[in-house]
Amino acid sequence: MTAMLSVLEFHLVNYRRTWRSSALTTLVMPLLVMLGFGVGVGAYVEGGVGGVPYLDWIVPGLIASTALQAAVGEATWPVFSYFEWLKVYFAQAAAPLRVADILGGHLAFMLFRIVLSAAVFLAVAAAFGTLHSWWAPLTLVVALLVGLAVAAPTVAYAASVSSDSYLIILMRFAVLPMSLFSGVFFPIGSLPELLRWVAYVFPLWHGVELSRDAILGTSPGLLGLVHVACLLAWCAAGCLLAHVRFRRRLVI
Amino acid sequence: MEPHPTAPPAAQNPTEDFLIHARGLVKRFGDFTAVDGIDVDVRRGEAFGFLGPNGAGKSSTMRMIGCVSPPTSGVLEILGLDPRRDGPRIRARLGVCPQLDNLDIELTARENLTTYARFFGIGRREARRRADELLEFVQLAERADSKVEPLSGGMKRRLTIARAMVNQPEVVLLDEPTTGLDPQARHLVWERLFRLKQQGVTLVLTTHYMDEAEQLCDRLVVMDGGRIVAEGSPRELIERYSTREVVELRFNADDQRAYAEKLDGIGERLEVLPDRVLLYVDDGDEATAEVHRRSLSPASVLARRSSLEDVFLHLTGRTLVD
Ligand SMILES: Nc1ncnc2c1ncn2[C@@H]1O[C@H](COP(=O)(O)OP(=O)(O)OP(=O)(O)O)[C@@H](O)[C@H]1O
Ligand SMILES: [Mg+2]
Repeated sequence: MTAMLSVLEFHLVNYRRTWRSSALTTLVMPLLVMLGFGVGVGAYVEGGVGGVPYLDWIVPGLIASTALQAAVGEATWPVFSYFEWLKVYFAQAAAPLRVADILGGHLAFMLFRIVLSAAVFLAVAAAFGTLHSWWAPLTLVVALLVGLAVAAPTVAYAASVSSDSYLIILMRFAVLPMSLFSGVFFPIGSLPELLRWVAYVFPLWHGVELSRDAILGTSPGLLGLVHVACLLAWCAAGCLLAHVRFRRRLVI
Repeated sequence: MEPHPTAPPAAQNPTEDFLIHARGLVKRFGDFTAVDGIDVDVRRGEAFGFLGPNGAGKSSTMRMIGCVSPPTSGVLEILGLDPRRDGPRIRARLGVCPQLDNLDIELTARENLTTYARFFGIGRREARRRADELLEFVQLAERADSKVEPLSGGMKRRLTIARAMVNQPEVVLLDEPTTGLDPQARHLVWERLFRLKQQGVTLVLTTHYMDEAEQLCDRLVVMDGGRIVAEGSPRELIERYSTREVVELRFNADDQRAYAEKLDGIGERLEVLPDRVLLYVDDGDEATAEVHRRSLSPASVLARRSSLEDVFLHLTGRTLVD
C-alpha cells in the first residue's frame, strides 16, 4: 500500500508542475458548456426534458462526460509516453515496486484528476442553480466509477499499442460515439435500436443515468444496481487487463 | 583458441560469499537466445565488469541481475535471494543505472531523486537530505532545481548514477555508465565510482571501453554471442590472451599482406590489418631491431604495452557481426 502511495506521490509531484495549465481548462470548460448549452441550445428546447429545464437535465450527463474526458486524457498519451518516450515506468520497475503498485499508483492519480474535474463542474453547476437534490454530491462517486471504468481499459489499450496514432483511433471510434450516444444530450429512447446498444454496453450511459438521478433527486430503483454492476464490471475487467498488459511490457 | 579458463574455486557457501551467483543462466526472447548459459560469481566489495561487442547479451544479463527480467532457465541468486520470488526485496538493496537514461525530464534534478527515494520507503525529509548529498556527490548541486530536460548528456548520466545511490545500495549495476560522455565527464564518473568502491559498494558494470574496464574492474568477463569467452582480472587476461608488448608497423604499400611473410617468426603471433601489421611480442625493442635486421623499412613503428583492447579484439574478432 505504501509502495502504491509512493507512486501516487510521484504523479502528484509531476502534477504540481503542470496543474496551472490544466486548471484553466478544468474551470473554463464547464463555464463554456453551461453558457453554450444552457443559455444557447436550451432556448430552443421548449419545455425541457420530462418537465426539467434542458440545462438542468444535461448537467448530470455532462459531469459524467467530464469524468470520461478526464479519464481518457490521463489514460492515453501519458501512459503511452511513460512506456515509449519517457520510459518512466521502466525506472519504477527497477525500484522495489510491484507491477500492481506502478499501475495502481498511476490509476489512483487518474482518479484524483477525474474527481477534481467532476467536482469543479459540480461546483459551477451549483453556482448556476441547476442542482435539484441534496443527493447531488453522490455524482462524484459516480464520476469515480465512470472514471475507473473508462481509465482502466484505456490504460490497457495504451500499454498495448505500438504507435500513438492508435490512440487517435480510440478517440474517434470509441470515445466520440460513447459521448454522443449515452444520453448526455438527449434521452437514448430517441436512438435507433442498434445505437442504443452503444449506450447499454459502454460505461458512460450507466454513469449518466446514475448522475441524473442523484442531481434531479429521482430514485433509480433496482435499475440503479444494474448500472453500478455494469460500471464495476468494466472497472474489474479493465484493471485485470491493464495489469496483464503492464506485466507484458515491464517484465521481459 | 585457448581453453576456457577454469572458474575460481567454489566457496563453501555460495550465498554468503557471492552477492551474485549464476550457473547456466539463460535468457531467450522467443527463439532467440540472448544469454546462453553463463556462470558468474561476484564477491562483496569487488568491481566486476561485463565486456563484449554489441548484442553480446550484457544488458540482458544486467536486467536479469536487476530482477526486472526473469531468467529463462538456470540458477540465479542475488544477495542470497531468488529473483523469481523476492524481486522487490532484492531490488530494495540494488542501485540501477540503465544503459539509456530514464529520468523524468519534466521534474527537477532534486525531484527525480526525492520521488525515487520514496519508492524505497524512505521518509520525505531523509529523501531530501540524501538528494542534496548525492547532487553534491555528482557535482550537480547548482542544478538541483533546474528541470532535467535541458541538462547535458553527462549531467543526466551523473544524475542517473546519483538516483541509483538513493537507497544506499549494496550492489550498483551500471550498464555502460560513461558511453557518450566527454573525457572530463568520464573521468569524473570514474572517480566517483572508485570512491563508491572504496566505501565497500559492490560495482557491476558493462562497458565498451577497455580503459574503463582496466581502471575500474577487479575482475571481468568477456561475453560474445551470449556466452562467456574469458574471465579474469585485466592483468590475467592480458597475460593469458596476449603478449607483453605489441609492435605496430605501417608500410608504405597498398597491401600490408606482402610483408607478413617477411616478418614471419618474429614474436608469438602476427596480425595483418588493412593499414598496419601487428606483432605480438615479449620485447618490443628487440622485435623492432629484428625488423630492421631483415632490412624492412616500415613508414612508422610503434612499440607499446599490450592492452585489454588487444585481448578483446583477439577474443571477439575485429569484424562487425551485426
Ligand atoms: N526484449 C527483447 N526482445 C527481443 N530481443 C532482444 C530483447 N532484448 C535484447 N534482445 C536481443 O538480445 C541480444 C542481446 O542484447 P543485449 O541488449 O543484451 O546486448 P548488449 O551486449 O547489451 O549490447 P550493446 O552493447 O549493444 O548494449 C541482441 O541481439 C538483442 O537484439
Ligand atoms: Mg547493452
